[in-house]
Formats: sequence, structure tokens, C-alpha cells
Amino acid sequence: MSERLLDVENLSVSVDGRELLHGIDLHIKEGETHVLMGPNGAGKSTLGYALMGHPRYQIDGGQILFRGKRLNEETPDKRAKEGLFLSFQSPLEVPGLPLSTFIRNALEQRRGSRIRLWDFQKELQEALNLLQMDGKYAERELNVGFSGGEKKKAEILQLLLLKPSLAILDETDSGLDVDAVRTVSRGVEAYQKSQKGALLIITHSTGILQELHVDYTHILADGRIVKTGDASLIGEISKLGFEAYTGQEKQQAAGGGV
Amino acid sequence: MKDKTYVDDVDRSVYDIRNEDKDSYRIREGLDRSVVERISEEKKDPEWMRQFRLQALEIYNKMPLPDWGPPLDGLDMDHIATYVRPNTKMAAKWSDVPKEIKDTFEQLGIPEAERRSLAGVGAQYDSELVYHSIRREVAEQGVVYTDLESALLGEYGEMVRRHFMKLVTPSDHKFAALHGAVWSGGSFVYVPPGVSVEIPLQSYFRLNAPGAGQFEHTLIIVDEGADLHFIEGCSAPKYNVANLHAGCVELFVGKGAKLRYSTIENWSKNMYNLNTKRALVEEGGVMEWVSGSFGSRVSYLYPMTILKGKGARMEFTGITFAGKGQNLDTGAKVVHAAPDTVSYINTRSISKSGGVSTFRSAVTIGKQAVGAKSAVSCQSLMLDSQSRSDTIPAMDIRTRHADVGHEARIGRISDEAVFYLMSRGIPEEEARAMIVSGFADNVSKELPLEYAVEMNNLIRLEMKGSIG
Repeated sequence: MSERLLDVENLSVSVDGRELLHGIDLHIKEGETHVLMGPNGAGKSTLGYALMGHPRYQIDGGQILFRGKRLNEETPDKRAKEGLFLSFQSPLEVPGLPLSTFIRNALEQRRGSRIRLWDFQKELQEALNLLQMDGKYAERELNVGFSGGEKKKAEILQLLLLKPSLAILDETDSGLDVDAVRTVSRGVEAYQKSQKGALLIITHSTGILQELHVDYTHILADGRIVKTGDASLIGEISKLGFEAYTGQEKQQAAGGGV
Repeated sequence: MKDKTYVDDVDRSVYDIRNEDKDSYRIREGLDRSVVERISEEKKDPEWMRQFRLQALEIYNKMPLPDWGPPLDGLDMDHIATYVRPNTKMAAKWSDVPKEIKDTFEQLGIPEAERRSLAGVGAQYDSELVYHSIRREVAEQGVVYTDLESALLGEYGEMVRRHFMKLVTPSDHKFAALHGAVWSGGSFVYVPPGVSVEIPLQSYFRLNAPGAGQFEHTLIIVDEGADLHFIEGCSAPKYNVANLHAGCVELFVGKGAKLRYSTIENWSKNMYNLNTKRALVEEGGVMEWVSGSFGSRVSYLYPMTILKGKGARMEFTGITFAGKGQNLDTGAKVVHAAPDTVSYINTRSISKSGGVSTFRSAVTIGKQAVGAKSAVSCQSLMLDSQSRSDTIPAMDIRTRHADVGHEARIGRISDEAVFYLMSRGIPEEEARAMIVSGFADNVSKELPLEYAVEMNNLIRLEMKGSIG
């Protein structure tokens, strides 16, 4: 049905010499929504950073293919141009750089051509409206003095304007109140629909997932994907917690397989 | 591994165009009484000025070199030509300026800037002003804008005499004495009471001759309730021999008057920039400095403001960018000499590829300055581990009734922030330049648009190839 988008094959990743992901396999097709859940410290964010190409996250084995193209050696900006996007759990502050200037510059870098201010303003305003953000935000310095919720909204604003083909949302819902979660979900939903955008949603709660269509759910524990299922797995986790699965993982490691 | 590039020096091609040294007169190198007398003769000084020069020379000979700042070993006064007259007379029409000099300024965008947005322009080439003009409507308001020599010999001669080197005296330091002895060129501005000059005046200083010194003197008097924005730009092509800039700027801000003095300095990296700037502010007057230091091998630059009248205010906004081989020692000084005076110093410094940037501030609050307020904030950014950044604040407070604050921060570009910008499709070099431009934003937003653009271009130029 859909085209292959992301193929992660037997990926191992280490940080400062310590291996955190051990042989991950993950396949995402165009337009699919995958959820990655797991307890704290399981390596969820590590996977996000490694996919985006953070220089501290060293690939020890395996490969990352995006539309069949190997990304292992590509810098983050090249990966972004291929269509990858990472919504940060803690977006960085850049004093003196207005949010709108930043987004416009990023768009121009990706498209390789200048964008007329008028066209950009129009798109920006639509996205701001959707996220119930005041126009003033766009002129504020990037993330400087933003509250937790504002930072997350600003991430989704970037998602809507940059229109990637795969967005990794790293704990986008954490630390948000119910209303903010709903607003953010609306933005993510708009992305899903308008671009047929694929998603890898990293979360350890289920709030953001209630309003989104989910195709696959993966459980990551101790740097390994220990279970993959459909949307119903989310409900199962809510009931049983992660322990049921991490336990299984430990047995596997100890007993040598089921 | 990805390829990393490392470029030691940046392309300054626009600034580095050098003209053949076709000066009509170049005084012999070195400095003694006969050299000073010869300059005085060349310039047809009035007698008092001739005496002034000779006295300054005596002071120069007695004073030691400063021993507290960047080294001055590369500066050999026996091999600096203190006076180089370009092969032209001062022109009031741009078309009368000799072609090769005109081309240089055209490349730097000077006449274009004048056409667009300036009330008047002066252009100095080596030791003499080669062009001066002022818009008719501004002149009709009684504003005087001319080269200092013309002012000295004309109807404002007495006014010049009363103010010349009264704020910065030759005994201030060795290079002030040198300036007093061999000064040449520079601008004189007088704004009559209550006159508001809506658009800026600009002087541009260009030192073309190798192994020469430039010693222009800028004297600005803004009378009661008047308002002026003055812009100064400087550049020079690069030579293998040391060049020296020891200019002097004296600013008089009258009661209730306002002066904004903006500088974008982009001397070449063989320049010793030992410039002295000082302002005196009367009651209720406002002095605003905007200062960008990008060029030179060594700089000593600490514009000083004396808040003489009650309620006088000053604001200093500065940025210094020290790259490879540069040692830039900059800052600001303020003296609160009256009640309710206010000073605000806000600076940024950036160092890169082994560059050294030192920020010095000196705040003096006298006994009489009851109710004075002063805030100093300086932030430094080091772009790599070979570079250095120092902050040396000094405060001398003689009253308990003053509100004084100081804040200093030294940091590096965060790799996480670079990764964040890159993850949106921005290449590393561009990402770093954006962070540095943002860091400098407090200064660029104080500049007129075209200068802000130039400053950002300079930052981008400096940042090119800085990934290492």
C-alpha cells in the first residue's frame, strides 16, 4: 500500500562509550503512526537523537535507511532535508534569534530558494491560529522565556511549517496540562492529515494518543524493542504497566529465549 | 567521518583593495621636532596650534608606553609615517574626488549610503579629508559639518580652540600626546541650540598607505536641547607592516541635548588601534554610544563619558569580535559627577581562533552624585578552546546613595543549540553564525538598518570556515 520510509536495521548506538541501544529494528511506511513506549531510561530519546544524527550518539552497528538511502553518515541538516524532523523534549533557547526568522531560514535552507515574506507570513499565521498561539510568539527570541507548554507548541509550529515526511515527537506531551495536550494533538493531527505525515511518537503516557490514530505500538526496554503490536497494545500497557514486558525481557536475557 | 574545514583568515576582499600609494606627500618615518614642525607647516596651523603640537611632542617623549594592556611590540614609531597627504584637495562634489580614491569608497558603499540615508558625509583618505558634504536643508538649520582644519581657520576657529583636546588632554596617555603632536584630518560638527538633525551624519576613515598612521580628530558640539546621530566607519587594506590609528574623539553634549555616536570599526589586522574617545554631558543631556570593533591587530578602546550635569545619562552598547591574531582590549568608562546621573553599559564580546578579547569597565561615582544609578552587563562568547575572553570591571563609589549593578557572563556556543538548529535543516556553519548573530543582536538592533546588515555580514564573514 504505502512506500517504505524509515528502515532501522539492527541498530546499535552508544554514548560516551556506553551502548544504550542494542540491535533495534523498526520499519515505518509513509503516513504511518508508530508509538514508542517504555519506562524511563529505556533508550527512547536515544533512538530519537540517533535517528536525527546527534554527534554524541555513535552508531556502533546496523543502519538507518530513509527511502532506501543510508543516513548513518549524514549530518543532522542533511537528514532534515531528506524529510526527518525531531520535536525536542527540551527545546534549546537561542537568544536574539526570533522564532519566525529561524523557521523561515530553515524553510529556505530546505527548499534551497528564498521564500516571499508575504507567503511565509500567511502560512505562519495559519499555523499559529491552529495552535492558538498569539502572533507575538513568532517575533519572540527562540524559546527564550517560553513556558514548557509554549516551547512544545513552538515545536509543533515548526513541524507544521517545515512539513517533514517523518516526525519524531520526543515526549511532546510531557509536562503539559490537559488543554495544551489537546491543542498539541490538534496540530499533530493536522500534520498527519495534510501531509500524510508519518509519526514516531515517543511517550510514556497515553494522553496525546487518545485523539490520534495509531498504527503500531512498540515497547522499548533496556535498549531493545521487546514487543510490537497495534493500537490496542496501548490500552494493555495502561492496564499492566511496563513491568510485565520488561520482566519478559529479563527472562529472555537470562533464559536465552522463549 | 565528516569533513571539517579550517580557514585561518577570512576573505576581506572588499576591504583589502589597496590602491597604489600615490600620495603627493609623505613625511619621513619616525618622529622628532622637525617632523612635527613640518606637519604644522603643511597644514598652515595657526600659531597656537603649532605651539600645542610641540608641547604635546614633549609630553609624548616623556611618557612611557602603557604596560597594562595588550603588547605593543609590533609597533615601531621609528617606522611609522605620521603624515601622508593624498594627491588631491578636499572636494565638495563627489565627482571631483580622484578616481582611484572614489572607487575605494564606492566599493565600501559610502556615497551610496549618503544618497540613501545620511544628512552629510565626510571621507578621510590617509591623513586628509578628501570629501565633505552636507545636505542643504541641514546646513540651513545652522548645522556645521566640516573638516577640522577648515573649522580651525574659519569662523569657528575660536570655538575649536576652546574645545580642542580639553577633554582628552595630551598628558592623558602617550598616544593622546602623540595625537596632539601629529593630528590631521577629522570632522568638526556644531549643532545649534534646539536643532534636531533628523538623519545621521557620517564620517568614514580609510587608511590606504602602508606603514602610516592616521590621527584624525573629531570634535562634536551639540548645543542645548539639540539632537544628533553621528556615525563613524573605519577600514584599511592589509599590509605586512604595522599601521597605527591614534584618533581622538571629543564630544560635548549640552544641557538637555542628545548625541548618539555609532562606530563600526573594521581596520585590517595589521592595525594598532589606540583610539581615545570622550564625552562631556551637561544637565539632562543624553549620550548614547554604539560601538562595533571587528578589525585591528591590537585595540585599546574605552570610550569615556563624564556625566557633569544633574540627571545626565549615558548608554553604551558595544560588541567586540576578536579573531585569529587579534588582541582587542575594549570597554567603557563613566564618571558620575552630579546627582541623579544614570549610566548603562551593555557589551558583548566574541573570540575565535585564538583571538583575545578583554572587556574593561570603570565606573566612578563621586561623593556629589547622590541618587546615581549605574548598571554594567557584559557577556562573552568563546567559539573554541584556543580563544580567550577576560572581564576586568572596576568601580569606585564615593557615595552610599547610589544604585550600582554589575553582571558578567562568559560562555561557549552550546553544541546542543547547534544540533537543534541543524535538525531543522540549517547547515552547521550557518547555525553557528545564527547563534553568534543572535548574541550580537542587542548591538545590531541599535544600528541603522544598513549598518546592522553590514555588521551581520561581518559576523558571517568572520564565522566562515570557523568549524573546526
